[in-house]
Amino acid sequence: MQSKMKESDPILEVENLSASTDNLTILKGVSLTVYPGEIHAIMGRNGCGKSTLSKIIAGHPSYNITNGDIKFLGENINSLEPEERSQSGIFLGFQYPIEIPGVSNLEFLRVSTNARRKFLNREELDTFDFEELVKEKLEIVKMDHAFLSRSVNQGFSGGEKKRNEILQMALLEPKIAILDETDSGLDIDALRIVASGIKKISNAQTGIILITHYQRLLDEIKPNYVHVMSDGQIIKTGASDLALELEEKGYEWTDNFIKEI
Amino acid sequence: MVNENLVKDVVKEPYKYGFVTDIETEKIEKGLNEDIIKLISQKKEEPKFLLDFRLKAFKKWQKMKEPDWAALGYKKIDYQDIIYYSAPKQKEKISSLDEVDPKLLETFDKLGIPLTEQKKLTNVAVDAVFDSVSIATTFREELAEHGVIFCSISEAVKNHADLIEKYLGTVVPASDNYFAALNSAVFSDGSFVYIPKGVTCPMDLSSYFRINSGDSGQFERTLIIAEESSSVSYLEGCTAPMFDTNTLHAAVVELIALDDASIKYSTVQNWYAGDEEGIGGIFNFVTKRGKCLGKRSKISWSQVETGSAITWKYPSCLLLGEESVGEFYSVALTNNLQQADTGTKMIHIGPKTKSTIVSKGISAGNSKNSYRGLVKMGTKATGSRNYSQCDSMLIGDQASANTFPYIKSQQPNSEIEHEASTCRISEDQLFYLQSRGIEFEEAVSMMVSGFCRDVFNQLPMEFAAEADKLLALKLEGSVG
Repeated sequence: MQSKMKESDPILEVENLSASTDNLTILKGVSLTVYPGEIHAIMGRNGCGKSTLSKIIAGHPSYNITNGDIKFLGENINSLEPEERSQSGIFLGFQYPIEIPGVSNLEFLRVSTNARRKFLNREELDTFDFEELVKEKLEIVKMDHAFLSRSVNQGFSGGEKKRNEILQMALLEPKIAILDETDSGLDIDALRIVASGIKKISNAQTGIILITHYQRLLDEIKPNYVHVMSDGQIIKTGASDLALELEEKGYEWTDNFIKEI
Repeated sequence: MVNENLVKDVVKEPYKYGFVTDIETEKIEKGLNEDIIKLISQKKEEPKFLLDFRLKAFKKWQKMKEPDWAALGYKKIDYQDIIYYSAPKQKEKISSLDEVDPKLLETFDKLGIPLTEQKKLTNVAVDAVFDSVSIATTFREELAEHGVIFCSISEAVKNHADLIEKYLGTVVPASDNYFAALNSAVFSDGSFVYIPKGVTCPMDLSSYFRINSGDSGQFERTLIIAEESSSVSYLEGCTAPMFDTNTLHAAVVELIALDDASIKYSTVQNWYAGDEEGIGGIFNFVTKRGKCLGKRSKISWSQVETGSAITWKYPSCLLLGEESVGEFYSVALTNNLQQADTGTKMIHIGPKTKSTIVSKGISAGNSKNSYRGLVKMGTKATGSRNYSQCDSMLIGDQASANTFPYIKSQQPNSEIEHEASTCRISEDQLFYLQSRGIEFEEAVSMMVSGFCRDVFNQLPMEFAAEADKLLALKLEGSVG
């Protein structure tokens, strides 16, 4: 592959990963390497295993890794708890952010941020200091302060939930962010806010994986690589123009690649 | 579910109040009959009216049957196998705390309720009850300056007999129910509070009940009277040692609020709950009732019930005064083989009366948690309103939750609103919190506190923090 990638160590290495849930095999040997500063897009039909891949990287307990490894900053993380992965810098933006009734968004964000800060040997923030920090970050996603006093995601609109995810990403400053269909259910304005938020947060040290169905997010955030998934495998990898081609020809076009494998 | 076992581990909790104080006690023989009642009354040097009250109650109790309508299952209680009076041996008359047995002071110290002058809590007056007697009451002089009476009920019988005779049994008559009748016959100690007209009690009052002896029952009796335009906030805490036998606790609490008076009564109940197999634990059969006698009077119950093998408890309000207000905020957590049947009764008698019920039941392990409540609108309760909300949370797949709301309205011009919900902590919610770096135990405890927030908001500040900690402790354990 390109020489640029060899200059530094990879952030994430997924090696020949197979996984199942309830005896159903969902991933069938996925390999993917993300270097600092890279943006990868994963596309594919519903049910192809995109979301599963993201959940397994984040440590969802419902899936069993049957073969292969996930390495983060060179360390195998197959057996780490989800909270340990988050603390060490893996972020999953949920396709459907979960509602947690009664738990205030502010407190949730603070506890979460402090868990990451503790890992980084940074000082944990009390409520007052955290309010200062969160105020700054709210700007990035253009969210109102009133969101903080509500219960986590409860009664949020689709767009508000997604912006809350990006707010969390901004606070946690992950090394790698996997954003699972963050663009779905967003209107044009919300999409721009989310996309510009992602751009502001990411930098030359971070990696991003965008899972999406649509070109419109990729118009805002140009990926270095586009991977097409089908039936638990990556069947084609290309540059950003692959997404355009896919948009034009549809997933049926990619069915031919399966035969090639 | 993959996390199911983890959740089960998390709700395991060591009981940290399970120690026994080794102290010489004066106990009477087991069993219940007229002579025993006379003996109790004599030991407490009671006036004749009280002995008569006890004997009458005993006669009624003998004719009554133990109630079996609650969703509870337990071995029949042998009432002749219980000691009805047990007191630590002390000097006859104690004039100051210095004369209290250090072992007793140490016991309350260990429970986080220091009583001595140097260490006592600064913002709350405490009445400490050990088995059948009150050990000490702090801040009495300070309270007396405001005309507030706060003492053990035994003392009140001696020093304020007129108030006792006037009010005792007027809210919960001896014939009210089986356990109230039993309590009326044999009650030992408890607290007495009197707030005079126009006085806002300058500090929170609290009673701390400690059962120490394994074979004696505890039958406390509490009476709180708030005169016109007065107000008081009262807190109650309870713990007991770990015994492999069941101990009976049958208390009666009566509250009376006159015109414009308000009483806030908060409980954190943490009696020993028995072990994982359901061996031992307190049988908690309690009758608590408040009478909003005056216009615009208000009685508010808040309770956090985490202990006891069995809880049978329905803190209620009789809303007589026009525009009087009754409230009930409850969190009941059951785990292992604990059973709770708890709720409230809001009896609207006067016009424009208002009541609010918020009940949160959390069941874990193999426990059983039922809400049982009655809202009644009498013929004169025109323009009255009730709002009830009963939510249940299930942890694991072996626990059960029930809701039994009873609604009786004889007044078409009144409103009753009832909402109920049941939820389970889902794996997705836990994963969401975990994927944000929050550890499993903390995630469970955050969600449980979140679920209880409406109720915790009603508790006095220090109590709310304590309740939150207590629930976290109950949900703490060895993960994995």
